[in-house]
Amino acid sequence: MESEKHTMDVGYVAKLAAIELTDQEKELFQSQLDQVLSYVEQLNEVNLGEVEVRNESAASHDQLRSDDEGISLSHEVIMANAPSASSGCVRVPKIIDQ
Amino acid sequence: MSDLKSMTIGALKAALQEGEASAQEVVEQLLTVVEEDAGRVGAFLSLDKDSVREQASVCDEVRGAGNDKKLLGIPISIKDLINVKGDPCTCSSHILEGYVAPYDATVIRKLREAGAILFGRVNMDEFAMGSSTENAALGVTSNPWRLDHVPGGSSGGSAAAVSADHTIASLGSDTGGSIRQPAAFCGCVGLKPTYGRVSRYGLTAFASSLDQIGPITKNVWDAALLLEVISGEDERDATSLREPVPSYTKALEQTTSLEGVTLGLPREYFVEGMDPEVEEAVRNAVEQCRALGAEIVDVSLPHAKYAISVYYIIATAEASANLARFDGIRYGMRVDGADPAALYAKTRASGLGDEVKRRIILGTYVLSSGYYDAYYKKAQRVQQCIRNDFESVFKECDALIAPVTPTPAYRKGEKTDDPLKMYLDDILTTSVNLAGNCALSLPCGFSSDGLPIGLQLIGNHLDEENILSIAHLYEQHTDWHKRKPEFLS
Amino acid sequence: MKQYEATIGLETHVMQQTRTKMFCGCLRVYGADANTHVCPVCVGYPGAMPVLNRKAIELCCKAGMLLGCSINRLSRWDRKNYFYPDMAKNYQITQADDPLCLGGKLEVEVDGVTKVFDIERIHQEENAAKNIHAAGASLVDYNRAGTALMEIVSTPCMHSAEDALAYMTAIKQIMQYGGISACDQEKGEMRSDVNISVRPVGQSELGAKVEIKNMNSFAFIKEAIEYEVDRQISVLEQGGTIDQETRGYDAERGETFVQRSKEDAHDYRYFPEPDLLPLTLTEEEMEAWRSELPELPAQRRARYVEELGLPAYDAAVLTADKATSDWFEAVLPYSSKAKPISNFMMGEMQRLLTEKEITIEACKMMPEALAKLVDLIDQGVISNSAGKQVFEILFDEGGTPESIIEAKGLAQVSDDCALEQWADTAIAENPKPVEEYKAGNPASINFLMGQVMKASRGKANPGAVMQLLKQKLDG
Repeated sequence: MESEKHTMDVGYVAKLAAIELTDQEKELFQSQLDQVLSYVEQLNEVNLGEVEVRNESAASHDQLRSDDEGISLSHEVIMANAPSASSGCVRVPKIIDQ
Repeated sequence: MSDLKSMTIGALKAALQEGEASAQEVVEQLLTVVEEDAGRVGAFLSLDKDSVREQASVCDEVRGAGNDKKLLGIPISIKDLINVKGDPCTCSSHILEGYVAPYDATVIRKLREAGAILFGRVNMDEFAMGSSTENAALGVTSNPWRLDHVPGGSSGGSAAAVSADHTIASLGSDTGGSIRQPAAFCGCVGLKPTYGRVSRYGLTAFASSLDQIGPITKNVWDAALLLEVISGEDERDATSLREPVPSYTKALEQTTSLEGVTLGLPREYFVEGMDPEVEEAVRNAVEQCRALGAEIVDVSLPHAKYAISVYYIIATAEASANLARFDGIRYGMRVDGADPAALYAKTRASGLGDEVKRRIILGTYVLSSGYYDAYYKKAQRVQQCIRNDFESVFKECDALIAPVTPTPAYRKGEKTDDPLKMYLDDILTTSVNLAGNCALSLPCGFSSDGLPIGLQLIGNHLDEENILSIAHLYEQHTDWHKRKPEFLS
Repeated sequence: MKQYEATIGLETHVMQQTRTKMFCGCLRVYGADANTHVCPVCVGYPGAMPVLNRKAIELCCKAGMLLGCSINRLSRWDRKNYFYPDMAKNYQITQADDPLCLGGKLEVEVDGVTKVFDIERIHQEENAAKNIHAAGASLVDYNRAGTALMEIVSTPCMHSAEDALAYMTAIKQIMQYGGISACDQEKGEMRSDVNISVRPVGQSELGAKVEIKNMNSFAFIKEAIEYEVDRQISVLEQGGTIDQETRGYDAERGETFVQRSKEDAHDYRYFPEPDLLPLTLTEEEMEAWRSELPELPAQRRARYVEELGLPAYDAAVLTADKATSDWFEAVLPYSSKAKPISNFMMGEMQRLLTEKEITIEACKMMPEALAKLVDLIDQGVISNSAGKQVFEILFDEGGTPESIIEAKGLAQVSDDCALEQWADTAIAENPKPVEEYKAGNPASINFLMGQVMKASRGKANPGAVMQLLKQKLDG
């Protein structure tokens, strides 16, 4: 399989995925993932002429929940799990850009 | 005192019912062997002795008051990605350090209602991504049959604990083979239920459209009983199926012959490079079924060879979104940054392992602008072909019979540097997840190295009764499941 | 000089008035203590799964029906991926290709001209959490996270700030009438993203689109559109080009500013939400919802004019706000005197509501009390001015007009003996006006009338007094 052809911009995609990569990781993942992408090229050989994805099942109205109050978590549980909290809120670094 | 720790659920139930043993005695035996193991098998990530003893004592009281329940006093170990109220749920990842689950998964609620003892949390590949339990950030698990071999994965801890008699039974999860493959590698019975049969509420999602929780046990009857307890519609899981849950144990007890049963032998499942010992063991099992009355027919699943490609596109795409919530904001670990974006990137860089990062990146890529149609959309259509293949073979046969893995368990470290090679090991299991069918793995032989070999029975949608019955009958006529790893003696 | 034309499309987010959130049973409460209505689902805990709220689906479909959309029998759910601290799962559950409602239209009057604006779609999604900006950090409150939010998307069919305002006002009215949302903009229950482009008149393709995001005040939306249209035209006139970008509106400076350029546009990576099956609606349930649809403001206005004989102006004022209109409706079963009731509602009622800064729901008066009040004035039991006094007391304290009239001694005197005596005294003591009246100056009777009213301290029935005086002077 021609693995040269299939390449992704690992740096860009990792940014989309919110994962910081070292140059070393970038290089390693690049070659490993290019191999995988090259392998999945096999899907191009499948003749998909007539194939349409069917809905195996669909939810009917009575599988929806009624608008009734359920059990919420206590405020303390949310705060205890948060790595940083203040004023009853989860604390995050200052958000600048909207 | 008799050896309680190596009993099946069925045997232990009888012993408890007859008053020959107490739940407290069972857990003491298990706690002792786990402690003595000192990490040789290393199946457990955490085991709260006080909690286990407390639960056991309650079970004995309940029984003393004249009550019985399906799993009263039976210790069950839980893969560490299922939420149990008040416990950590690490998913074998650093990123969930500090997280304490505030709620019970539906399967946990059902186990509690059935009287089970929640016996510790068992190891796995990080976020269930892996086939060897080597992608585990918090501990190493070994194959009890040969300690320098992998137990399989991702439910490696679940299978190793059962196989080593460190627990009575366990729950695992199966997204592409993660119950069946470790069960095969460790000589256990592992069942992946039909998609939607068991509620996923509280199961930390890897690939939501493929994930199912299922039992890993010492024999088929145990798997049937455990499935009976955990199955059923759940108002908290919109994808759970509404069909009533039959008594699986009753079904298999009633099956005494395979007369009238047609088993399909999918030719694509005997792949190139398959270990000859595996092939031989499976073919022997096929003959055994024939001898028990089954009719064997050759069938073809022409798109089976594309399953790995489809699987690694669909599963990673879903995972890229499912794992986005592990961002250091609301729970788990955090590496601070100047702004939220920096915090996310640093937290995820430090908290997630390589394989998880690789899969998130791959999944992000196949969904990204300009590539969605070429990868995700196409994979969905080929997935439909795979479904169609199964649909058509199930018109002519009752179940499929096949190997679980191309080889028995391999040495640790053998495949860790080559992700694609590791992925290709899932070749015989992923199709079932993509089609939503049920399948189980049960022991059908041993390699010359003394490693277990698994037999896979694949059933139609909601046809668990059928594959359990066939497996049970086969098991009755073989004794593979009775063998124990050497190190136990 | 070239003429330019602005093209405007709106994406309006409306929070539905369900009791609980879109995908979990946490209550939807505004103004509660931070992070007190939260659960594993809406805070995005591991293993939590969404389940659709039936009421939200109903309200979204009803909104579609009221706006003339077709309802999709089969709709689907998708994930929209982006990392942001207000999005607990770092994806939003929404509907991409198969929303609940498709195609619709809204007939609106803009400056006396009837226009039809096209609606492209309405889809159901979930709200984000609230970020609070504190010193050196931001704080997240998840109470709002996962509440039901629909997005009503218009086609690029508007051409002025007035168009946009009329469109949003009509949407707001319909949402309120339909019981779909209170659309309280102060609570963020109705927010719009505005897409604006400008092109030379006669050019067929649209200009580059600028999006101004997340505005809740109609006044600011109007200002922002006006500013942005002017800005784009002046850029084009100076030979520049418009960049496709996202801008914000700075209300203090009265101008828009760049937030995100096209290059930085998000790649949302939409894909089918695997935790939710496609949703199928049956004809029966859709029929049931259709049968529950309320009368819309336009229909009410027509009925007020045609059946109640109200002037068009009255009909428009009364229906502008659903609460007022509903109150008016509640009076109707007790009275057929629509016009005097309308006068009270447009006059005294509005004055008191504004003065006391309360909503009509908080006023103590019962609708039947207003009906009775109008009857009593009509029958001459009390005067118009006394009626206003009674109205105010009813407004503040409730009760019945009769008891107030009695307690305050406001009833008019129509008793013949008393009136005779006052009339005779007035005629006897004022020969000059009497003479003038008899000499052919009818206005002079008013002076005598005033004398009688004075003597009665305002309680004499003016009609009866006039009749009596004429009788005595003409006779």
